Amino acid sequence: MIKAILIFNNHGKPRLSKFYEHYNEDTEQQIIRETFHLVSKRDENVCNFLEGGMLIGGSDYKLIYRHYATLYFVFCVDSSESELGILDLIQVFVETLDKCFENVCELDLIFHVDKVHHILAEMVMGGMVLETNMNEIITQVDAQNKMEKSEAGIAGAPARAVSAVKNMNLPEMPRNINIGDISIKVPNLPSFK
Amino acid sequence: MALKIVKGSIDRMFDKNLQDLVRGIRNHKEDEAKYISTCIDEIKQELKQDNIAVKANAVCKLTYLQMLGYDVSWAAFNIVEVMSSSKFTYKRIGYLAASQCFHESTDVIMLTTNQIRKDLSSPNQYDTGVALTGLSCFVTPDLARDLANDIMTLMSHTKPYIRKKAVLIMYKVFLKYPESLRPAFPRLKEKLEDPDPGVQSAAVNVICELARRNPKNYLSLAPLFFKLMTSSTNNWVLIKIIKLFGALTPLEPRLGKKLIEPLTNLIHSTSAMSLLYECVNTVIAVLISLSSGMPNHSASIQLCVQKLRILIEDSDQNLKYLGLLAMSKILKTHPKSVQSHKDLILQCLDDKDESIRLRALDLLYGMVSKKNLMEIVKKLMLHVDKAEGTTYRDELLTKIIDICSQSNYQYITNFEWYISILVELTRLEGTRHGHLIASQMLDVAIRVKAIRAFAVAQMATLLDNAHLLTGNTQRNGICEVLYAAAWICGEFSEHLENPMQTLEAMLRPKVATLPGHIQAVYVQNSAKLFATVLKSQEGDTDSTTTQEASQLMIDRLPLFVQSANLEVQERASCILQLVKYIQKLQQKDVEVAEEVCALFAGELNPVAPKAQKKVPVPEGLDLDAWINEPPSESESEDEQPKAIFTKEEPKHSRPRHTEVDEKELARRREARKQEQANNPFYIKASPSSQKVYQDTSGVEHIPVVQIDLSVPLKVPGLPMSDQYVKLEEERRQKVRAEKKKKEKKKRKEKRSGRGRKHDSGPESEEDIAPAHMVDIVTEEMPENALPSDDDERDPSDPHKALDIDLDKPLADNEKLPVRSHRAVEAQKSPVEDGERENAASQEPKKKSSKDKKEKKKDKDRDRKKSKEEKKKKKHKHEEKEEDLLGGQMEEPVVQSEETSEVAALPTSSSAEEVATVAAAEAAPAPGAPSVTAPDSEPDEPKDTEMEPKSSKHKKKKQKKEKEDKEKKKKKHHHHHRHSDAGGEESVQNGTVEEEEPLPPMSNYCLLAENSYIKMVCDIQGNLQDGSQVVVSVIFENKCESFLKSMEFNVLDSLNSKLQRPEGSGPHDGLVVPFQLPPGVSNEARFVFTVQSIVMPQKLKGTLTFIVKNEDSSTHEKLDFKLHFTCTSYLITTPCYSDAFAKLLESGDLKSSSIRLEGVNMPFHHLLARICFHHHFSVVERIDSCASMYSRSIQGHHVCLLVKTSAQTVSIDAKCDEPTLLGNVLDEIKQTFSQC
Repeated sequence: MIKAILIFNNHGKPRLSKFYEHYNEDTEQQIIRETFHLVSKRDENVCNFLEGGMLIGGSDYKLIYRHYATLYFVFCVDSSESELGILDLIQVFVETLDKCFENVCELDLIFHVDKVHHILAEMVMGGMVLETNMNEIITQVDAQNKMEKSEAGIAGAPARAVSAVKNMNLPEMPRNINIGDISIKVPNLPSFK
Repeated sequence: MALKIVKGSIDRMFDKNLQDLVRGIRNHKEDEAKYISTCIDEIKQELKQDNIAVKANAVCKLTYLQMLGYDVSWAAFNIVEVMSSSKFTYKRIGYLAASQCFHESTDVIMLTTNQIRKDLSSPNQYDTGVALTGLSCFVTPDLARDLANDIMTLMSHTKPYIRKKAVLIMYKVFLKYPESLRPAFPRLKEKLEDPDPGVQSAAVNVICELARRNPKNYLSLAPLFFKLMTSSTNNWVLIKIIKLFGALTPLEPRLGKKLIEPLTNLIHSTSAMSLLYECVNTVIAVLISLSSGMPNHSASIQLCVQKLRILIEDSDQNLKYLGLLAMSKILKTHPKSVQSHKDLILQCLDDKDESIRLRALDLLYGMVSKKNLMEIVKKLMLHVDKAEGTTYRDELLTKIIDICSQSNYQYITNFEWYISILVELTRLEGTRHGHLIASQMLDVAIRVKAIRAFAVAQMATLLDNAHLLTGNTQRNGICEVLYAAAWICGEFSEHLENPMQTLEAMLRPKVATLPGHIQAVYVQNSAKLFATVLKSQEGDTDSTTTQEASQLMIDRLPLFVQSANLEVQERASCILQLVKYIQKLQQKDVEVAEEVCALFAGELNPVAPKAQKKVPVPEGLDLDAWINEPPSESESEDEQPKAIFTKEEPKHSRPRHTEVDEKELARRREARKQEQANNPFYIKASPSSQKVYQDTSGVEHIPVVQIDLSVPLKVPGLPMSDQYVKLEEERRQKVRAEKKKKEKKKRKEKRSGRGRKHDSGPESEEDIAPAHMVDIVTEEMPENALPSDDDERDPSDPHKALDIDLDKPLADNEKLPVRSHRAVEAQKSPVEDGERENAASQEPKKKSSKDKKEKKKDKDRDRKKSKEEKKKKKHKHEEKEEDLLGGQMEEPVVQSEETSEVAALPTSSSAEEVATVAAAEAAPAPGAPSVTAPDSEPDEPKDTEMEPKSSKHKKKKQKKEKEDKEKKKKKHHHHHRHSDAGGEESVQNGTVEEEEPLPPMSNYCLLAENSYIKMVCDIQGNLQDGSQVVVSVIFENKCESFLKSMEFNVLDSLNSKLQRPEGSGPHDGLVVPFQLPPGVSNEARFVFTVQSIVMPQKLKGTLTFIVKNEDSSTHEKLDFKLHFTCTSYLITTPCYSDAFAKLLESGDLKSSSIRLEGVNMPFHHLLARICFHHHFSVVERIDSCASMYSRSIQGHHVCLLVKTSAQTVSIDAKCDEPTLLGNVLDEIKQTFSQC
């Protein structure tokens, strides 16, 4: 079981938090902070596993994380999950994001956290891995987005136009999480289908 | 109206959306909290608006704020509103918000039951999908109970997308509602062999999760999993299965033997590290579970260790980490195979990665032996010096102590070395583990008597150099060791070389800066030292030393008397007075040493931590008996709390231990001794130490230490543990050399020296004789202590409830609660009691005898009574809910009491079930139309007209419920299934089994078809809007190509128009919101506005689409004619018989009639057909005569009286619109002419 999925940036700002067990908001923030402290002080080139913090889980739980450019993707899982499997799952997640957002960068996650949630929902459900095949995930996400578009129909057009105008004043930010340049080696990703 | 909508949508454009909110927060870095609070105010305003789009937008923003740590539970109700929107876009937003912030104590959750149920059975798979996803996050026991059956139905959905989600969520349902596990398990098991790999993987996932907690219940699945393991190629599934086997093998060793081979094959063949790793893990688990008699045993172990070594040597830190992790599992049972890789593991201690170092440390713990302990610890000490972070250093420190002290210091051959290690560790600055070191020192000094002299010498040095330890700060944890040092020096002061010097060290003014509890020990032990000094000078003529000592005490102690610490003060003042008195006696030359020593005489024995708990209750003592007279029963409640000691157990209980007789006690004692003898970790007390306990003067009985002369007794300054390593080497060589000479002698010596304690070490270590013949004093345990297991499972573990035997056949009472129709009286007007009798007799129970009927009625009535009581209780509450929801929601009535009423489980053979399964398997189309959705509006105008009675509300509710259920049923059983009134009544009464099964029926009729696509449609009126008709069209792709860009268009007539989105022209087509892969079908709904409904009409239309092959794509079109019958304007509306009679009497209705000849079918089938195809409901049925009712979307009443006699059916009908009636009757006629 996966207990929580957290995404935060290099400064510990949460970009997505998904807890599969209930905590109140304060505890959630504390967990995010604690996890950030645990993860951020680790060098690159060390292993991606971490015995869980005090707040989340106990001895049975592990933090499994990956660091991409400005973002940390952290999964808190128990012993029923395969460690390497989860690492691959994170990779699939990020690659899926990359496909869905076309060259994903932190800004995409900042402004479209709802979409990230929807993508995640196609991969992990209630703490259990639902789908690991990237194509399947993308198909389902696309189909739902299409449905959303058709529902908005013409009526949605002006709203889209307005938001497009608003988006023009976005501050210039470096685009690219740069997946191609991941420093973490993925063992045998192709073997996972 | 239209203008308002347009205006609304323009306003909306300038509302803040999520992106604006995020941008705003980023632009207000300084006053973020303030900005957010204004945003929340805005959101609150937005939530008050009626526009669902605005609400959804607000909820979307709240979801973001929730992530930032803001509590948004106040908006829970609005979230529910957004969830219940009919648009997928908003629904998804609502469910996401709910999944992020709902939890078990969110009270609005109970309002969602029906909404979720509706979404689960939605024809749109993504509606179902979001509902399942959301539910997985906030499922409560109530939701689980109410929805278990719905979800179980979804497990057989036609779409794998839904199936896999439904399968996965079942785990959550099991957790919350364990009763559902057994009924659902057969279907779950079925899903293990689902054709879709995703569903299969989900099923494996769920069963693995279940089996992990209660493995024994899943052993019977092992063959199935074995098959899967050898056939599956999906690594995820394989990993899960292999992990599952790891959990199962300890319970069934035979399974392990079977597993070894395929697993080894996998290890050799797979290229996926993750799979390899899990295989190795499971092989290890298997090997652990197997008895060591396996022939290929060591080969497998070797293979595992080899593979792990490869992992550890890999440059990938992750593999290294996992390799070490798995290694530690092998270590537990096969330490020797791991020990050969000591070099590698020690190497890992140098790794820059802390996780890896910690793992390596864990491994070391198990790898030590008598041979290598010193070496390993030496290495660790080096690391302690090098370590930078205090956490890691502390970790090292605890590990060193753990390693050395494990299993009663089993691996320590030289305790002087260990003491020096401990002393060396005290030089660590800023460690938090001073306490740990201190307790080790105490433990060793107390339990290893041979070492006391050495320990005391070391401790004295420590005390002398106390300034080194306390130098830094008060907070420094290391000063704890002074506590131990002072106590050891005091307690075993007879071993001190120079007690006077130590006494002086202990009374230095600097001591007053130490923590209170340490000062207290200092003071107390200075008195012991003082006694020793006196004793040593006894008989000496020169009394200067003793006088110096008392003077020193008298000088220094006042400092402690002033201490703020009570303990220190009290001890100091007592001792000070004592010393002053002694000094007086000394001046009179009185011999006092003996008396002073007597103050501290006696030996302290180590007591096991559990000793107190293990004291057996003495015979004859009844802990539950009253100590005082029990309070008399006449005493009032208020007085009872006075009996403090007896309050807890106010009842008399029989004395428990009286029956344990002498024999039994003896037997237990014997058993315990046996147990201890067999327990290698229980180090037996030597007989001598037992004696010590009974007879304090017997210190001499302790086996005398034979001090190895190669060890220097006097260490100048602080000791260096390193030198022991060298010395130890030399010693061992010497021993080895001497061994040949004195072999016989040695062996004898060993036997006598080590007593019975030699059985736990590996054989090869036998020849390493300890430097000291050491007797480790056992911790004291009370007589008759009973060995007990303290490990119990956490009672709050939710998985405990899932420990259910799954192989037993299902019992009737275990079936899942099913949403079902209430008994027939729910349909009755509660006003006239007499009519109830009537209604009961209408029940279509052909075959039941009269008395059976009677019985049934009684039962029904009973049931009804209790239900009504319940309902009354709920009534108020529900009323409120309805108001709140403004008719958007259906009331969440929990109907668990109906569990036993209607049994509709997969295993049951009721007609309903058969139909469900048949529908699920046969229907390629997605769910049936649910266009009647809004007809459960509580504010039906007709209702209020007809029933202006006090019980109006309740009736409405009942009605609504019924409709709801009807609808539900329809959806459930897809369009193949007959449903509604005729059959429905029979279902209501639970007599469905007695009826002949009804033939499957469908309202879907063929619309058009060509070689690419087939369209079938169903037309239903929309009660919510009197001018709307909803057409559900199922598109089925019949060809091998991909169909996309489908556009649906209809030529509007004056009377009927296709509703198009705003802004599109009157001739534009509607885009079908999906594409069709080959062989797939999906359903779309189109809304038409109709002016007049009295005449049937036909609309011409076209479907255009693109057929896309791999290489080409062609544009195709298909013409169709949409036929709006008058029937499609009718809506199934239930009617009470009294209201029906009134309606007929009113005289507003025009009548008409038809006769149908040659109808050859049972009457109830006939009724069922009319009900199903023409949307009627049965009002009353008496034998072969029935009255039926329906309403049009524009409120026309249509009443039928159907009679049958010998293949002739006559239908007399009344309606307020004769044209409509004529057309409906024609259509009915046509229906029956077709069959």
